[in-house]
Amino acid sequence: MSQQIQVSGLDAYYGKHKAIEDISMTIDPQSITAFIGPSGCGKSTFLRTLNRMHEVIPGARVEGKVLLDGEDLYAADVEPVSVRRMIGMVFQRPNPFPTMSIYENVAAGLRLNGRYAKSEVDGIVEDSLKGSNLWNEVKDRLNKPGAGLSGGQQQRLCIARAIAVKPEVLLMDEPCSALDPISTLAIEDLMAELKSKFTIIIVTHNMQQAARVSDRTAFFNLAGQGQPGRVIEMDDTSRIFTNPAQKATEDYITGRFG
Amino acid sequence: MTAIQHPRVQRPGIRRISAGRRFKDRFVQALVYLSFAIAVVPLVAVLWMVISNGLARFDMEFLTHSMRNIGAREIGGGAYHAILGTLEQVLLASLISIPVGLLTAIYLVEYGRGGRLSRAISFFVDVMTGIPSVVSGLFILAFWILALGMPFSGFAGALALSILMMPTVVRSAEEMLLLVPNDLREASYALGVPKWRTIVKVVLPTAFTGIVTGVMLAIARVTGETAPLLLTVFFTDSINSDPLNGPQMGLPLYVFDQAGRPTDAAIDRAWAGALTLILIVMLLNLVARLIGWWRSPSRGR
Repeated sequence: MSQQIQVSGLDAYYGKHKAIEDISMTIDPQSITAFIGPSGCGKSTFLRTLNRMHEVIPGARVEGKVLLDGEDLYAADVEPVSVRRMIGMVFQRPNPFPTMSIYENVAAGLRLNGRYAKSEVDGIVEDSLKGSNLWNEVKDRLNKPGAGLSGGQQQRLCIARAIAVKPEVLLMDEPCSALDPISTLAIEDLMAELKSKFTIIIVTHNMQQAARVSDRTAFFNLAGQGQPGRVIEMDDTSRIFTNPAQKATEDYITGRFG
Repeated sequence: MTAIQHPRVQRPGIRRISAGRRFKDRFVQALVYLSFAIAVVPLVAVLWMVISNGLARFDMEFLTHSMRNIGAREIGGGAYHAILGTLEQVLLASLISIPVGLLTAIYLVEYGRGGRLSRAISFFVDVMTGIPSVVSGLFILAFWILALGMPFSGFAGALALSILMMPTVVRSAEEMLLLVPNDLREASYALGVPKWRTIVKVVLPTAFTGIVTGVMLAIARVTGETAPLLLTVFFTDSINSDPLNGPQMGLPLYVFDQAGRPTDAAIDRAWAGALTLILIVMLLNLVARLIGWWRSPSRGR
């Protein structure tokens, strides 16, 4: 089901500006990996290179290798669209499609990509909504607009939409930063459940969250203003938060800077 | 420790609304209402004049008969040929300019993204917006009818109208597409949906209501155009349902023609023609509203 990701020597650019430099890491299947670090240090940029969403921005490009179970996502003949079907993404702000109902939102990934039988779609929609712990709240109003839900519910709707296409990997870009603590807890519980099926990578500014949910943590930082972001240290979460190898990591997690 | 004091800084405190502020508030409020009233006066006056004068001849005969064999001083006759002509010309103009305009807007917003070609297109669309309507008629007259030797026809009129319509469609559709949040495009890409499908299934439906409104405004604008028709569809008093051959009539032309005649019967026909024109535009707007309401996301389907 879920697969290993190996990144080696990855640089990403916005036009001439190099945003991240020389990132190499291995992300294990069926685990949660957290990226932490100060704002603007390239965590989100790096996350978006993993499913080739970075290049959607005009002028943006990537150098280096990302291997998903040994296959290079940036090989010349790889279709970016097929990569994104295997590596789903949840964004910072909940972004359900406003013209679609709750049901249509979850089914969007299926319907926009091919033909499925109605009964099949019904089943997948129900499974996905159950998978994102939203089913009980919305099962009686599947035909109401998705935009009418609360922020936390919308974010879980977006997670349901992402897992409905059955990706191998789920990327989450600060999925809880716009949510209240209760909704955040709901999503963190959900991540712990989803871990058994997907490889999950989460960018977060909330260090307690990283410590609570993740198995491994990578700390990103800039060498200085205008310099590209780098991975300073990556290790088991318990080690990063108790006994980091680098001074910079310790300074950051103890709140001495950033 | 002594208390910190700021002798020169006065604490803000809660103040009462002064009489001066109250007066200014009232004054500006009155000004706003007055401007609104002034803006509405011409609209109401036009509607009142057209309805009160137009109702005299707004009957079944007017809607179902042409002006064929109606003498200059005779009463009776109607605008059927003109209504038919206007509907055909506007329909043809829409068929030409809506697809071209919409695709141009999609190119500008989704693909061009400030490149050299898209900036050039934007510039020429702006130039086109400023073309006086008579110039577009002259252009079709010179190019289509005189140079290519085509006959006066409803189609030639539709070509002239579409020159006027296209920039309006491009601009309004472009603005509506720009309003679609980028988040939605990214959400769609992240599901593995190709760009063209994202545009067709996510971006266009989101902008749909706004685009329909813009298109309807463009249609309403050209429906009342007289000058380009004058030079391209010519005049006729008979029914000509074929827009590709021979002179046609249009409602604006009909009003222009009848209003220039010196009899009361003709003047009454002109008023009734103007009323019909306004009704057609209002009907189109109503249809647009209905489509917008039917497709709006807030309506729980």
